[in-house]
Amino acid sequence: MKFLVYIETDMGDVVASSWEALGAALSLSGDVEAVVIGDRIGEVTEEAVARGAGKVYSVEDETRALFDLDRHLADVKNVLAQSGADAFLASHTTNGRDLAAALGADLGAGVIADALELSLEDGKLKGVRGVYSGNILVDVTVDGSPQIATLRPRAFAPAEKAEGRTAEVMLTDPADVNSPYEVLDVQRAEKGEISLTEASIIVSGGRGVAKDPELGFDLIRQLAGVLGAAVGASRAAVDAGFISYDHQVGQTGKVVRPDLYIACGISGAVQHLAGMGSSKIIVAINKDPEAPIFSVANYGIVADLFEVVPAMTEAAREKLGK
Amino acid sequence: MRYLVCIKQTPDTAELPKISPEEAASGKLSVNLVVNPWDEHAIEAGLQLMETYGGTTGAVTVGDEGAIDALRSALAMGCKDATLVNYAGDSDPQIAAELLAAAVKQDGDVDVVVMGQMTVDGNSGLTPIALARKLDWPMLTGVAKIVELADGSITVERVVGQARLTVKAPTPVVLSVIKEIGEPRYPTFINIRKAARVKIPELTAEDLGVTPPAPVVHISNFRKPPARDAQVKLFEGSPQEAAAALIDALLEEKVL
Ligand SMILES: Cc1cc2nc3c(=O)[nH]c(=O)nc-3n(C[C@H](O)[C@H](O)[C@H](O)COP(=O)(O)OP(=O)(O)OC[C@H]3O[C@@H](n4cnc5c(N)ncnc54)[C@H](O)[C@@H]3O)c2cc1C
Ligand SMILES: Nc1ncnc2c1ncn2[C@@H]1O[C@H](COP(=O)(O)O)[C@@H](O)[C@H]1O
Repeated sequence: MKFLVYIETDMGDVVASSWEALGAALSLSGDVEAVVIGDRIGEVTEEAVARGAGKVYSVEDETRALFDLDRHLADVKNVLAQSGADAFLASHTTNGRDLAAALGADLGAGVIADALELSLEDGKLKGVRGVYSGNILVDVTVDGSPQIATLRPRAFAPAEKAEGRTAEVMLTDPADVNSPYEVLDVQRAEKGEISLTEASIIVSGGRGVAKDPELGFDLIRQLAGVLGAAVGASRAAVDAGFISYDHQVGQTGKVVRPDLYIACGISGAVQHLAGMGSSKIIVAINKDPEAPIFSVANYGIVADLFEVVPAMTEAAREKLGK
Repeated sequence: MRYLVCIKQTPDTAELPKISPEEAASGKLSVNLVVNPWDEHAIEAGLQLMETYGGTTGAVTVGDEGAIDALRSALAMGCKDATLVNYAGDSDPQIAAELLAAAVKQDGDVDVVVMGQMTVDGNSGLTPIALARKLDWPMLTGVAKIVELADGSITVERVVGQARLTVKAPTPVVLSVIKEIGEPRYPTFINIRKAARVKIPELTAEDLGVTPPAPVVHISNFRKPPARDAQVKLFEGSPQEAAAALIDALLEEKVL
């Protein structure tokens, strides 16, 4: 089966989970091509080669610096026609999802959305995904050509780089389409702020910081800083105004999948678990030994987070040599 | 102006863990059903549009008779009208989108369709985009704020990954909104009473003049995810002792 993998870029930078989609394709097939769309994407194109794509379609244009549904979709359709790929993979980011959904709708092809696992069976893709907010798993197959899937970030191992790989790079003209979208302004997170969905470590705070929310999140940020972690929060902390919504983890926030999730002053409501329940290791810091978070945690400390979190920062600094 | 909010009736999130694979496979759930939480934010956005720019906001759902309760909730929050597209068959995002597209066209001159970010049962987030493609309208996902609705265009703030974009697009348009758009208002007593009495129109696919497409997504083998084999290990002693032991354990797990 021939795969085409969408490598997402943003102002010339790659969206890292794209390499996981490439890795998934390479684990299933020896015939894997990639499509990179963006502006100033020379390095990303080279990296796709180094990470094992058999051929890379590179669509470079100023109008592609930011994702534009209509333009990127037209480019992907062009490349699909050239490549003749049987399957199309993208990471389930906002843009990857939008692109795959639009492609599926236009072609009448089904989409395996937000897959946690992927395999090939009888020449078709088979995905495993969560429904009912991850409380039930199902197998999914789709009709249509190409077979389309989007992959949950951090659920698949990224394609690894190797020295000396070569592959054909097809410089492809951007499709000639008018976009209905006009971007008037772009604001970005501060440099160095780690995205929750891509983070391998997350330190989160909940209502347990209430007696001094500013200090509480300061302590959480310091621990996160030492661990190279992203900062998350419960809805209660967000609703109380302790931290902004883009940090919310859970049912109506972000679904995350870090190797390590440290919940500080979070009770572990089902809606919070819906967002972080598939973290590899869960740590709970909570005053209340009966808090439900302890029933999903691997490690825990029953204590005041205002005492334990700074002690963890200190211990980590020492033991990690920072 | 005319705004139409697409809502789905989904399980109460507190009860999601109780759903058994058998129930999920049959679709016959014994849990309490409510308006999909993201769609409550969509209703709020639709009502804010009506209040700021005039016009009327309606709600529409694709579902069975029972979904009328979700429409009554939308009316109780302040929507002016509601429509059930009565369809009890298999639903995947493209079938829902096909039926919703027909409902939007039948509604007349809709300027803005407002949808949620995703459903807590289907979890795909694909339906809004599929609808926009079927209508051949622009699609703005992840909308956190409506900056301005003007004659023939809309300007919104979208959250995409770590970035916040201000984007302008022509109307008619499809939006999917996130929680930042505004906390859903509580229904008023008067609206609840009115909503209880309204006769909600029901349309079938036939009434809408469409044949739902054959499903293109096939799901099987419903099962519970493997249970976490977490037997929690607690660290005791002074905060310093407990913290040091915890960091050692995490180093040993190779997650630091
Ligand atoms: C439709 C819907 C969607 C929702 N979506 C989300 C979502 O996306 N994300 C989410 O998180 N929630 C969500 N919720 C809310 C969820 O039900 C809980 O209300 C919320 O997760 C509770 O947050 P919390 O754990 O911070 O607060 P609480 O439940 O109040 O827990 C605070 C915890 O802190 C502990 N504590 C207090 N002081 C200290 C201290 N000094 N040191 C250590 N521990 C301390 C307490 O023992 C307690 O366990 C949703 C709810 C609904 C109905
Ligand atoms: N059956 C339905 N009826 C009306 N709107 C729906 C339906 N299914 C999905 N939607 C809308 O599409 C959004 C995304 O749903 P989903 O693609 O299932 O995650 C929801 O938040 C709703 O706004």
